Amino acid sequence: MIIGRVAGSVVATEKHYKLEGRKLLLVQPLTLEGVDRGELLLAVDGVDAGEGDRVLVVQEGRSASMVSGRLESPLDCAVVAVVDRVDLG
Amino acid sequence: MQLAKVVGSVVATVKDSALKSRKLLVIQPIAPSGAPSGAALVAIDGVGVGPGEQVMFVKGREAAFAFLPDQVLADASIVGKVDSISGAFASKPSTTPLKKHK
Repeated sequence: MIIGRVAGSVVATEKHYKLEGRKLLLVQPLTLEGVDRGELLLAVDGVDAGEGDRVLVVQEGRSASMVSGRLESPLDCAVVAVVDRVDLG
Repeated sequence: MQLAKVVGSVVATVKDSALKSRKLLVIQPIAPSGAPSGAALVAIDGVGVGPGEQVMFVKGREAAFAFLPDQVLADASIVGKVDSISGAFASKPSTTPLKKHK
């Protein structure tokens, strides 16, 4: 899993039936220091995260499908937690 | 999943039976600004979209899930038509320019 920041959202009325009713978020991956890195990800929201939230993102299909509650959904990325803080040793 | 724009289509008469009557579209991954981001690829249409439209697509094993119970040969599938994108994004230069299509 990676840590990212919710940068925005996407509205798509017409979509695969297994994605219906699911919120889609654009997530900016972050370094541990909180700096933007890499390309934006499009993820299904499993925790009702909002713009600006720091979140935990899983990039694996089976887990993403568990979040959507529908197995074998055509999904590969999901927001699975809102990060309160990260402690580094 | 990623955002992309439909820039073309592929016609292939001779193909694997697991691709039969599937629409093959050329898509260019984009940033939320609409700027191209990375190389164009061919995806199977799971929604019913047309040229110029902004879409969302999924890559990898999950791409084939879009067509279950049919077994379709896919490593990239279009799973949604984008109506709107909101948020504050830093503008990023594209890594690969969009090639002109004839």
